[in-house]
Amino acid sequence: MTAPLPVRPPEPAAEEAREEAPGQRPPSRLLAPLRQTGQLFALALAVARAVFRRPFQVREFIEQFWFVASVTILPAALVSIPFGAVIALQVGSLTEQLGAQSFTGGASVLAVIQQASPLIVALLIAGAAGSAICADLGSRKIREELDAMEVMGVSPIQRLVVPRVLATMSVAVLLNGLVSVVGTLGGYFFNVIMQDGTPGAYLASFSALAQLPDLYVGELKALIFGFIAGIVAAYRGLNPRGGPKGVGDAVNQSVVITFMLLFAVNMVLTTIYLQIVPPKGG
Amino acid sequence: MGIEVVVEGLTKSFGKQNIWQDVSLTLPAGEVSVMLGPSGTGKTVFLKSIIGLLKPEKGRVLINGVDMVNSPEREIMETRKLFGLMFQDGALFGSMSLFDNIAFPLREHTRKKESEIRRIVMERIDIVGLLGAEEKLPGEISGGMRKRAGLARALVLDPQIILCDEPDSGLDPVRTAYLSQLLIDLNAQIDATMLIVTHNLDIAATVPDNMGMLFCRNLVTFGPREVLLTSDTPVVSQFLAGRREGPIGMSEEKDAATLAAEQTNGSDRTAGPRTVVPQLEPSPGLPVRQGALRRRERVLSMMGQLPDAARTAIMNSYAPTLDGGRR
Repeated sequence: MTAPLPVRPPEPAAEEAREEAPGQRPPSRLLAPLRQTGQLFALALAVARAVFRRPFQVREFIEQFWFVASVTILPAALVSIPFGAVIALQVGSLTEQLGAQSFTGGASVLAVIQQASPLIVALLIAGAAGSAICADLGSRKIREELDAMEVMGVSPIQRLVVPRVLATMSVAVLLNGLVSVVGTLGGYFFNVIMQDGTPGAYLASFSALAQLPDLYVGELKALIFGFIAGIVAAYRGLNPRGGPKGVGDAVNQSVVITFMLLFAVNMVLTTIYLQIVPPKGG
Repeated sequence: MGIEVVVEGLTKSFGKQNIWQDVSLTLPAGEVSVMLGPSGTGKTVFLKSIIGLLKPEKGRVLINGVDMVNSPEREIMETRKLFGLMFQDGALFGSMSLFDNIAFPLREHTRKKESEIRRIVMERIDIVGLLGAEEKLPGEISGGMRKRAGLARALVLDPQIILCDEPDSGLDPVRTAYLSQLLIDLNAQIDATMLIVTHNLDIAATVPDNMGMLFCRNLVTFGPREVLLTSDTPVVSQFLAGRREGPIGMSEEKDAATLAAEQTNGSDRTAGPRTVVPQLEPSPGLPVRQGALRRRERVLSMMGQLPDAARTAIMNSYAPTLDGGRR
């Protein structure tokens, strides 16, 4: 029962440990980003799997949905009016010079629905909701609440992360509808009132150039962006480095990482969409 | 009855820093064990490794045939329901009231009615002496209360294995004594295997059936309490006496020169024979601890392998009870 009693560790053992270290050491620091990326994808996979695990946390989902919606609706609406206006004005002035003023409606609406709206939604969700989610999870992590949860046999991913990611996704989709409408109305208003565009031409070009898949892809983008915002926020929140300052850094990083990912993914999605869906006007 | 926890060859490092290596021990079913160690020897890390929160690089922790280190996450999650872990600062959910905190495991893992949950939770709140504070948020109560609430939460699912991380830190001596008695009473009532990590000498002397000590990246020893309490290993005797003279220094271990100087100065390193304080008994009215009965069988059968001092202490502690049952 009684183990031998080394008062201090035998010296050779210590040397052994030192020799072992280089073998076990993770490869160069250059590969560290890859490890982070891998962990991010692993979390995304784990969340995707946990979505289908019962019991579904309805209450937490509703609470989070309400929270995400309440912090994003107003800013989204307020941002989308000037954004729609700016695009309408810019495109309007451009088309006027080209003598294609009658196509202003189609061009500005497509720009709003396909690009501006999903991005505005995603930026707001990442900035307003994602940062709050990241800070919440991060502070729970450093207070050992997540460990306590795991010890009680409850998976924090299923209990906390899944409802939050689903909330950001569904709010993104719904909010995207709102922003598209508000942005389009804003564009219409500015084009017709400020630039003396004709309402008829605006609507006619709109139906001549735009098609339903444009709306679908906008919603799909919003869904994907919402997922990315939720996952990145959860990933940084679950892995803060050290104490309260680590949580602050994590929030900061989560917003920056989400923004960069959003624009990269948006580029890929747009390229694919333009390749596979034939334009209506062609 | 509690469940045996078998730890085999566990080694844990953080990066290059080795915390402890090759730790092997068995927590006998239904008995109370204490893990001692100076601050910073990885006692908490050991606790978290047992429950699978941290993954040691080598070794296994076997509970009911499930290896908490390497088994699939699903099995580990399932096995964790057998555990109750009391965190060092309670680790309560900051957004929930004490009642909801303590009811959390019941709501997650059982389909009990709310009235039933209320009854169980209030009972546990009563045990830890927090009646009247159940609607407070964790941020509104003192550290000692948070700790006791953490214990109540660890108890609601009637765990088979209870792990306590420094139950005494932040508690006054009187409350610590109450807590010690509470742990023994609990053990008598639910016969759970318990592991208490602490550096409190009172708890170490009065509560456990078995004791171990971590020092300098090694498990110095693990065995029946008398073995450690009578041990003349320098580390153990220094720690249990709370002296400055000995191998433990301010920063973990002393260098050889200081140690040699101490020895030549002739400081009294053999401070006479130490007495073994009798172990706490369950409060009157509670059943006899089944773990204690099993332990007596186990210890008496391994008498031959124990050092002399420990053997005498064990014989002394059992002498009154060998003929007359409980005192």
